[in-house]
Amino acid sequence: MSYTDSPLLEISGLSKSYGKHDVLKNLNLTLPPGIHALLGPNGAGKTTLINVLSTLIPHDSGEIRVLGLDTRRDKKRIQGLISLTGQYAAVDGQLSGMENMLMMGRLFGLSRRDAVRRSQALLERFDLTAAMNKRVSTYSGGMRRKLDIAASLIADPLLIFLDEPTTGLDTRSRQALWDEIQALAAHGTSIFLTTQYLEEADVLADRIMVLHDGRIVAEGTASQLKERIGGSTIQVHDQAGRVIKEISTSGEATDVAHHISAIAQHQPEVAVTVRRPTLDEVFLELTGAPASQESDTEGAQT
Amino acid sequence: MAILLPLMLMLVFVFILGGAMDVSDAANASETRNAYLSYVLPAIALTTAGFGASYTAVVVSNDMTTGFMNRLRTMPFPSITVLLGHTVSSMARNLLATAVVVASAFALGFRTDSSALELVAAVGLIALWILVITVVFATLGMVAGSAESASGYGFILLFLPYVSSGFAPVESMPGWLQGFAQHQPMTPIIDASRALLNGDPVGSSWWIGTIWCAGFFAIAIWLIAVIFPRRVAR
Repeated sequence: MSYTDSPLLEISGLSKSYGKHDVLKNLNLTLPPGIHALLGPNGAGKTTLINVLSTLIPHDSGEIRVLGLDTRRDKKRIQGLISLTGQYAAVDGQLSGMENMLMMGRLFGLSRRDAVRRSQALLERFDLTAAMNKRVSTYSGGMRRKLDIAASLIADPLLIFLDEPTTGLDTRSRQALWDEIQALAAHGTSIFLTTQYLEEADVLADRIMVLHDGRIVAEGTASQLKERIGGSTIQVHDQAGRVIKEISTSGEATDVAHHISAIAQHQPEVAVTVRRPTLDEVFLELTGAPASQESDTEGAQT
Repeated sequence: MAILLPLMLMLVFVFILGGAMDVSDAANASETRNAYLSYVLPAIALTTAGFGASYTAVVVSNDMTTGFMNRLRTMPFPSITVLLGHTVSSMARNLLATAVVVASAFALGFRTDSSALELVAAVGLIALWILVITVVFATLGMVAGSAESASGYGFILLFLPYVSSGFAPVESMPGWLQGFAQHQPMTPIIDASRALLNGDPVGSSWWIGTIWCAGFFAIAIWLIAVIFPRRVAR
């Protein structure tokens, strides 16, 4: 069985503590190849989970298989197949973009010729060719992030871990990065990302996991998660378009039709829209907290 | 900076302070200056090396705190080799600075009766200290929360040569300072280097200095071995 035939991730009974603080509690999860997003409020354990899965830190108990390989026994083999891109652009500001790429390529064991060829292709793909000979310290935040992700692709990994990849980027850079992530997935690279932006998970992810207090409290597609809350909301608008009333329904066609019929009978001049739950509402329902507004730093340790 | 700093230190200490520093029985200011050049040469080499090595703390701290080391740790090679790379880089940079110090000393009139073996031994002792101070700074960079903190922690180490026999005889210092100056690690290393560079008897200072170096090195390596595997970027 090749790596690509195996599930992307198989997690069984995973636990991780820092001292007396249990950060991850008996996680069980199996994910197929694709784009997967991990959501959770601050301190939920997102960064710790990504650090454990990417072999950066060991777990206390349970079993983890990445691309079919055990993280304890096959750590080096896994490291040759994955790439980690953390919350901050891990590039050397004193080197040029090209030098950073070559360094990563050579560290991954590519020949100089292959490293140059691959670097040039990736820099072009990420629209960094014009700046490739400039020092990275002169790059904008978006350019550094793009270079960071380009560097993570130098050895053509099967799985990329992205820890809050678009935090701090402007809307345009964020959209450009989303396009790149989708293009990567289209080429067969799997992505496991954490994000504080629910919209990001909604747009990008095939499956979404919600981590709360060290446990995965929900997992599924965005639609499946929204269905967990169930129902739809009928919004009644006045002629200026303002919402003047909201009516909760079961979401079933007969129930929605019944309410709309009643509105039409008594207030024929108003407009109505039917709204499904947003991922924000799902998140709030599952965690009791609004979506994270700051980066998750629960992975800090000495 | 690796070239400019030793040159500036050499010129300042020899031409501004050298004439007033009576470390021999010289008959006039010019001889006094030349005598002080011979006296201060190892201290300038080691001070320069300290400044150069302190950069290691900054770059290691940057690697540790910006996620760069995290990325390297998830790659299929031992990430400790990154620290080794910084150490080799520091050694090369600071040996170059040492060569500049020695060359400028010769250009300013330094002459010696030392044998080639003694000169090699002097450079070897200085190189040993560069290795030790580099590893110590790498350790500081590893535990510091930021590059600025790493730089700050190392600041006190950069002052050690000034409170030693490097720039002035220990006997000329206040009594309360002499104990520290005489028994801190820089003094035997500087005394031994000076004796070797000037063709004088080395006495026990060389092995006392070597023991200091070995002690610092062993502690720093132990700390790296214990802390590095557990240290993850914040």
